[in-house]
Amino acid sequence: MKPAVPIVALDQVTKRFPGVVANDRISLAFQAGEVHALLGENGAGKSTLISMLAGIQRPDEGAILIDGQAVALSSPGHALRLGIGTVYQHRMLVPTLTVAENLLLGTPWWQRPRRAAVAERFRRDARAFGIDVPPEARVDGLSLGEQQQVEIIRALWRGGRVLVLDEPTSMLSPQGVEELGAMMRRMAAQGVSIIFITHHLTEALAFGDRVSVLRGGRCAGGIGTAEFGALPRPALMERVVGMMFGTAVANTNALAAPSLALPRAGDATMLEVSDLSGQAFRDIRFDVRAGEIFGIAGVDGNGQTPLVQALAGQIPSRGRVMLGGQDLQGRSIRQRHGMGLRYVTDDRGGEGTVATLPVSLNLLLKDLGRAPFWKQGFAERRAIQAHASARMREFDVRAPSTETPIGKLSGGNIQKALLARELAGSPRLIIYNKPTHGLDLRNIEATRARIRETAQAGLATVLVSTDLSEVLALSHRVGVMLRGRMVGIVGNGPDARDRVGRLMAGLPESAAEDAAGEAAA
Amino acid sequence: MSEAAGITPVSRLPPRSRVPVPPFVGTTLVPIVLALVAGGLVLAAIGTDPLAYYAYVLERGLLRLRGLQATLVHMIPLLILGAALIVSFRSGLWNLGIDGQYMLGMLTAGALAPHLVQAMPLAPALGLSALAGGVAGTLWALPPAWLRARHGTNEVISGLMMSLIATSLVAALVKLWLRDPASLEPQTLTLAVGDRLPMIPGTDVNVGLVLALLVVLGVHAMMTRTAAGLRFRVLGLNPAAARHAGFGGPVLAMSVLCLSGFLGGLAGSVELIGALGKMQASWNPAYGFAVVPLVFLSRFNGLALILLAFAFSVLEIGGASAATRLDVPQDFTLVLVGFVLIFLALAEYLAQRRAET
Repeated sequence: MKPAVPIVALDQVTKRFPGVVANDRISLAFQAGEVHALLGENGAGKSTLISMLAGIQRPDEGAILIDGQAVALSSPGHALRLGIGTVYQHRMLVPTLTVAENLLLGTPWWQRPRRAAVAERFRRDARAFGIDVPPEARVDGLSLGEQQQVEIIRALWRGGRVLVLDEPTSMLSPQGVEELGAMMRRMAAQGVSIIFITHHLTEALAFGDRVSVLRGGRCAGGIGTAEFGALPRPALMERVVGMMFGTAVANTNALAAPSLALPRAGDATMLEVSDLSGQAFRDIRFDVRAGEIFGIAGVDGNGQTPLVQALAGQIPSRGRVMLGGQDLQGRSIRQRHGMGLRYVTDDRGGEGTVATLPVSLNLLLKDLGRAPFWKQGFAERRAIQAHASARMREFDVRAPSTETPIGKLSGGNIQKALLARELAGSPRLIIYNKPTHGLDLRNIEATRARIRETAQAGLATVLVSTDLSEVLALSHRVGVMLRGRMVGIVGNGPDARDRVGRLMAGLPESAAEDAAGEAAA
Repeated sequence: MSEAAGITPVSRLPPRSRVPVPPFVGTTLVPIVLALVAGGLVLAAIGTDPLAYYAYVLERGLLRLRGLQATLVHMIPLLILGAALIVSFRSGLWNLGIDGQYMLGMLTAGALAPHLVQAMPLAPALGLSALAGGVAGTLWALPPAWLRARHGTNEVISGLMMSLIATSLVAALVKLWLRDPASLEPQTLTLAVGDRLPMIPGTDVNVGLVLALLVVLGVHAMMTRTAAGLRFRVLGLNPAAARHAGFGGPVLAMSVLCLSGFLGGLAGSVELIGALGKMQASWNPAYGFAVVPLVFLSRFNGLALILLAFAFSVLEIGGASAATRLDVPQDFTLVLVGFVLIFLALAEYLAQRRAET
């Protein structure tokens, strides 16, 4: 039987940030004794939702109800007092202290720490939830999964009734995920309400009692406990994939242009990647022809960025990478640049530019020391400035002067400057990493137009994006990354959205295969 | 390492043609005046007339010809060491092993110069001795540089440790093998006055001053106008960007620290062949800790460093005279430098706050 009043409920909650609606009229109810899985891609509004539940932010509109009463959660402490404990993605334990000492940290300073009692209580709970962590163990000797278990118990001690887990599986091994799942089930059995945030569909279905899907800040739908019991698993998956990626919800991205306008790709293979492995990706194999845009889709953090960093030569990798018939392995970043490989980083302020240096020098960072801008090692100021004005005019970079520190420009102008830098010289392959991330609509459009234009001019293009609509609007073919592997390559077409969406969620490419696999099992 | 972030490196300032005068007054002159006032209050508190003290310092360190010449000679190692630190600090690396490099540079010149001047004409003999000191400084900077570049070991700690070793090593070497048998003090063979760097005509200041000024100006030009200097600066401002652009590898960090070490060693050898003529086993002026604040005050700008090193030398030379005459401890100059640093940092903080609001 379902209790009539949920422990926590969101009623038409809306939260806005400058330029975005992070949560748009979301209504959800969380019941005692249930694992409620919240699914959504990056940017779907999950983090905002959590920070409101944890008392860090307050909704602009709507209300949070606790035991049916509207409550204004004013601080993290307030949320804890009302029974809501949160475990964040990043570990928050002191590594050099023991588990018990970490758990004692909240004790008021005038009290004597009660080590023995805390250790005993931890041992009891650990047994109850099936955890094997001794309270005397030092935290830095524990695995990430074990540290997380400690944090979950701590959150439970402090909150007690509702446990919010923010993407708890993102750093765990498959076995760790199983253990966590079992722990969540046992806690739910004791009456705790668990809010389990994830972007892995299979986990949500495996551990959840009900599933809600967030997409673009809205609640795109959900599956209740009744349906969970009634429908077979493949059908459930089908429905959730539809909610996450499908066209069931009106497409909020008005910019997604039809893929018909794509230029025809050439025939010559420009980039050939085979059996490429690195720290965060394995056995990657794909090729890109001249004039072709090869999209790489996937939820953020599935190995896309390390993969393209390895292609650019920034991190080590094993395997074969050929650019226009020349082997790239063993070549430095600068040599690869010289051979026509360009990498437009997603980390514009971090590694892309030096904020305090003028635009003119930032435009030449990758040609530093080369003639005609440096002669015998000395800077030729006129040549540098002339180059900067020409590039800034051509790429419409708006800045007071060529000598303005680049950090003072807007994100859109910094991105245009980066494009101006990377498209200089004679590029043959250009890799874009999340090229429109964080830009406003006009600059998104300008950047996408530039990507098409350069591909049309014959450049081979690799486009990494977590925005599925963007990948589909620009690419000829789409490779999907999941947990460091390229799980499939899909030719762009009318059914590409569904097929890519299924691959991103860890499902076989089409529903038919899925059913066959299920039947065989 | 982030403590340096509070002090704006020169590259963050607008180009020189557009520097308006009032901010300079606000962020540099006013703090210095305030520091002098605060120092005056301390002097008054210990029963000395501040005006008399400052007048005495100025007279002995600046206005009398002999004092001025002593001031200029005193500047020489400070300038070269300052140049060494500018190379390092502007590249975001903290070569605090500078004292050890200075000591080893001086010892190497002290061991070589008396023999070289016997074997060859003066100019190449002194030139070689100076360079050998630089090489010794480079070698002494190498272990911390390598550890930093290859393994990310904090170069501050390893540099300071290397300085500690250098102090004992120098004393041991002088006492055991390089000792002048004719001297009671444990010290190296003395370079005859005629075999040292020549004086600038008409003065008692050796040409080491010219060399030191050239080193500072050269470093300044390198950092601001050359490709190598820009690489160093990018490394200092944003190491991730240096790596992304393909030049931020271990070699760059090694070059920075080795160049800095070379200049550190050069400071020692130039002081030996210019002013001291010999190295005593107990010699350890610990210039590094005087120069580090000066370099921060100069905001890593070579031209500003020259002015500051001069002002500091005036204080030191004048202060030394005042110490005996007015019974103010010699270390009072450090109190003044401390005040200047505090007030400059305050001014910087206030200026930034105003810029933000």
